[in-house]
Amino acid sequence: MSNESILIKGARILDEESTDVLVADGRIRDIGSGLSAGDAEVLDAYGLVLLPGLVDLHTHLREPGREDAETVESGTAAAAIGGYTAVHAMANTDPVADTAGVVEQVWHLGRRAGHCDVHPVGAVTVGLDGRQLAELGAMADSVARVRVFSDDGRCVSDAVLMRRALEYVKAFDGVVAQHAQEPRLTEASQMNEGEVSSMLGLRGWPAVAEEAVIARDVLLAGHVGSRVHICHVSTAGSVEIIRWAKGKGIDVTAEVTPHHLLLTDELVRTYDPRYKVNPPLRTADDVTAVRRGLADGTIDAVATDHAPHPVEDKDCEWASAAMGMVGLETALPVVAQAMVETGLLDWVGVADRMSVRPAAIGRLQTQGRPIERGEPANLCLVDPAADHFVDPSRFASRSRNSPFAGETFAARSVATMLRGQLTARDGKLV
Amino acid sequence: MNRHLLSAGDLSKSDALLILDTAAELGQLADRPVKKLPTLRGRTVVNLFFEDSTRTRISFEAAAKRLSADVINFSAKGSSVSKGESLKDTALTLEAMGADAVVIRHPASGAPHTLANSGWIGGSVVNAGDGTHEHPTQALLDAFTMRRHLGDVDGREVVVVGDVLHSRVARSNVLLLATLGAHVTLVAPPTLLPVGIDTWPCDYSYDFDSVLGKADAVMMLRVQRERMDAAFFPSAREYSRRYGLDNDRMALLPEHAIVMHPGPMNRGLEITAEVADAGRSVIVEQVTNGVSVRMAVLYLLLGGSESALGGVGEDA
Repeated sequence: MSNESILIKGARILDEESTDVLVADGRIRDIGSGLSAGDAEVLDAYGLVLLPGLVDLHTHLREPGREDAETVESGTAAAAIGGYTAVHAMANTDPVADTAGVVEQVWHLGRRAGHCDVHPVGAVTVGLDGRQLAELGAMADSVARVRVFSDDGRCVSDAVLMRRALEYVKAFDGVVAQHAQEPRLTEASQMNEGEVSSMLGLRGWPAVAEEAVIARDVLLAGHVGSRVHICHVSTAGSVEIIRWAKGKGIDVTAEVTPHHLLLTDELVRTYDPRYKVNPPLRTADDVTAVRRGLADGTIDAVATDHAPHPVEDKDCEWASAAMGMVGLETALPVVAQAMVETGLLDWVGVADRMSVRPAAIGRLQTQGRPIERGEPANLCLVDPAADHFVDPSRFASRSRNSPFAGETFAARSVATMLRGQLTARDGKLV
Repeated sequence: MNRHLLSAGDLSKSDALLILDTAAELGQLADRPVKKLPTLRGRTVVNLFFEDSTRTRISFEAAAKRLSADVINFSAKGSSVSKGESLKDTALTLEAMGADAVVIRHPASGAPHTLANSGWIGGSVVNAGDGTHEHPTQALLDAFTMRRHLGDVDGREVVVVGDVLHSRVARSNVLLLATLGAHVTLVAPPTLLPVGIDTWPCDYSYDFDSVLGKADAVMMLRVQRERMDAAFFPSAREYSRRYGLDNDRMALLPEHAIVMHPGPMNRGLEITAEVADAGRSVIVEQVTNGVSVRMAVLYLLLGGSESALGGVGEDA
């Protein structure tokens, strides 16, 4: 742990009155106006909002296997620049993170990179094949201490297997994060099914294929008394089902991606593969519904689904293009625009949905903590008036597949601190 | 006119009428001993076909050659494309060779759009059929054929029957005919109409017989037998009974109504042989008109603005 200390001067903690925060030995030493710097490095934070470091529940770091798209090093650098102090690395690597060996490798790579905490997600089934449970207990007991399990990219569509997984992870307080996509209803699907797909002649991915699986899984979770997490909720119907389930007392949590908070399937009319993603961009009504769901807490978290792809996988016709968008370096600006600038969430709400609740879902002890004396100094400083232009050529991520290229956002994360040490500042690694 | 022809929906009414009028003018060439104009001499038209379609390719080839363009046929089969060369690299190769127009047929919806907007090539792009999206020159030749038989298309009743869900012909026809002022009714089993069809500029029906009495033109779409394996309909026989055009149904049509099909036909499935070969069937003429319409499209996209036969006197 570092011995250096930093005095954050004039920040507004969760948008409150401007004050000073002294960080030393990895923790918040003191909070109050007019703190003396002593030999601490001073960080001028007047006009900036101080949040707990962001926590991503859904990150594709691509290593091992697709280091041409991203590595743990480059992906966590992108995370730090985006304000994140912890990410959950999805299991659909090559080899799949379905054993203690692979999750420990990813965990060690994260430690070595040091830009943010890396919490590997374990696969639910061997090889993401949906047939046999992976050794969930071994992954939970490994040094990686896996608590979130997901076959993300694929749906655990077999109802019995899903039931068993939900039950089994109770032994170590784990959670199954479901990629809700009924496979038969979405064979060869290219985009949201509706008005736009009908005109574009692209095979539709109907909302019901997501909603039917969510309905089944919340009922299953209720039946066996387990908790379940729903990945990247994208439709109005999904929000309604989750709201209903929470009302019934079912232990369900859910996430939404930044892009589903801002973009609609109208963009697919360009046939620009940057807009190809799974689940697909939906309609304006769905965007309204997921925003409301996030605002009222039905949806617990914003999760990036950061999905890097090399240029050639997007520089082609729509049908051949890979699904996914990078998101770590644009998540906060997008959420600020979709939720804060619209008045749907204040900065307390942003901290809750992007740090506190995701940390709780992942059972992370030292992330998403209150900004109080004695707490670990995992922090993120946001400039709400940064006038931030998105230039993917300047991303720390190895990939450039951002749907927000060329857009300007008001807010951005300007400094990130992990256990008292600056990891990123002004869009660059420290 | 735009520089490209990607969607029938991109055409304004005046664009569409200009193409149809130009095609009519160019069609006169067919009656001459020398069926060739010097208009596109020195220009290169590439037929870039990623999908087998001999009919459409030779139609474009004939059109380009009658305008004296140099034609390069690039077929995906037996070429570098089947060895994994990307659309981008193929496009860059064509650009390096100096293609003035690329006529593209591709199994992926939107591929012509990508080709035109990627910056890979500088020439004009003509969509010759992309996936289940569009086939705008087919719609133009259909409208051309209707005009010849029905006069003005405006106010006409057109019934399009069959696999609308997977049909690029249906999409382009709905858009173009709406622009031209015709009223279109799509007829299909509900499984073969896309979700979202209620937003299209046309009506639809599940009952073929109920719409026959008012039709000025009936267009039958090709139905692939494999669709029944994916439960779109129970059997070929049931499909024919409910949605096929046979003599009994043809008898319900008004006297002047024409029967159309973009080809290739499945005789006995969506259309019986008697109907296909009947006097009111204009299916063979559609093929002829295809050449004129494609000549007009190439002529106008590659910069022609004056009367297409200008300078070449009627008696030349």
